[in-house]
Amino acid sequence: MDLASAKMIGAGLACIALVGAGIGIGNVFSALINSLARNPSAQVTTWAFLGFALAEATGLFGLLIAFMILFAF
Amino acid sequence: MATESPLQQFTIHPLADIHIGRIDLSFTNSALMMLVAAAIVTGVMVAAGSQGKLVPGRLQAAVETLYEFIANMVEENVGAEGRQYFPFLFTLFMFVLLGNLLGMIPYSFTFTSHIIVTFALAATVFIGVTLIGIARHGFHFLSLFAPHGVPKVLLLLLVPIELLSYCIRPFTLSIRLFANMVAGHTMLTIFAGFTGSLGIFFFAPIVMDSALVLLEFLVAVLQAYVFTILSCLYIKDAIHLH
Repeated sequence: MDLASAKMIGAGLACIALVGAGIGIGNVFSALINSLARNPSAQVTTWAFLGFALAEATGLFGLLIAFMILFAF
Repeated sequence: MATESPLQQFTIHPLADIHIGRIDLSFTNSALMMLVAAAIVTGVMVAAGSQGKLVPGRLQAAVETLYEFIANMVEENVGAEGRQYFPFLFTLFMFVLLGNLLGMIPYSFTFTSHIIVTFALAATVFIGVTLIGIARHGFHFLSLFAPHGVPKVLLLLLVPIELLSYCIRPFTLSIRLFANMVAGHTMLTIFAGFTGSLGIFFFAPIVMDSALVLLEFLVAVLQAYVFTILSCLYIKDAIHLH
């Protein structure tokens, strides 16, 4: 296998990290909707967005590796 | 496929060449955007604060909202002792926020999309927090790495984990901001690059990009917020230990 195709495959594999980010973000907002449905006066929205940002960042670490494989090496 | 690399928008090019010895101190587009961000923050704050009316006008109300937003964040997360770190956290928030938002202007430059910029900010927070902790607690600061009420045997496992999670803080803090900015802007460029190649469906990437721009504005504000609140939590750790 030559380097160019190995790079493409590697970048694609690195994007699997986004599965975890998707699950995490879904979890965060499902919990937010759940809690707001049970107790509409709960002050949890800022924490939900903090959780969203943290969960999203983990997926972006994988995406970053994909970019590094494709463009940096 | 876009003919040019979607990462081209992040290239730094010197606007004025300055070389001192072998050190390259050129004034770059990155430095220019940082100056613009600092100038806007200073200008708006001074303009809003110098009047100081009892019943605020529009500008003063906006600035007071920002002030209270960060002041409440510090108050809630760090407590009363956090007041003295408020100026630093507010400056940090405004600088990162302006950096992210200025990057959303088409054809401008996002200085937070460079790991060295965000890492410098995160390292400042990290070193500062460590020094605050050591200055306040001395050797007792090390108890940050040993949670209370844990069996002695587990400490063998927990202390290295806590130590590691403490030491990677500047990296996670900086990579989070930098990766969000790079990924967002790259995604916009890649989708925009599809416009020409899709023929009669040229409108699809444009619709997608319009939605993504909204998301990017959310991310720009959110990441500035996350950067600041995590700095808050680190300062809280250093002041109150566990």
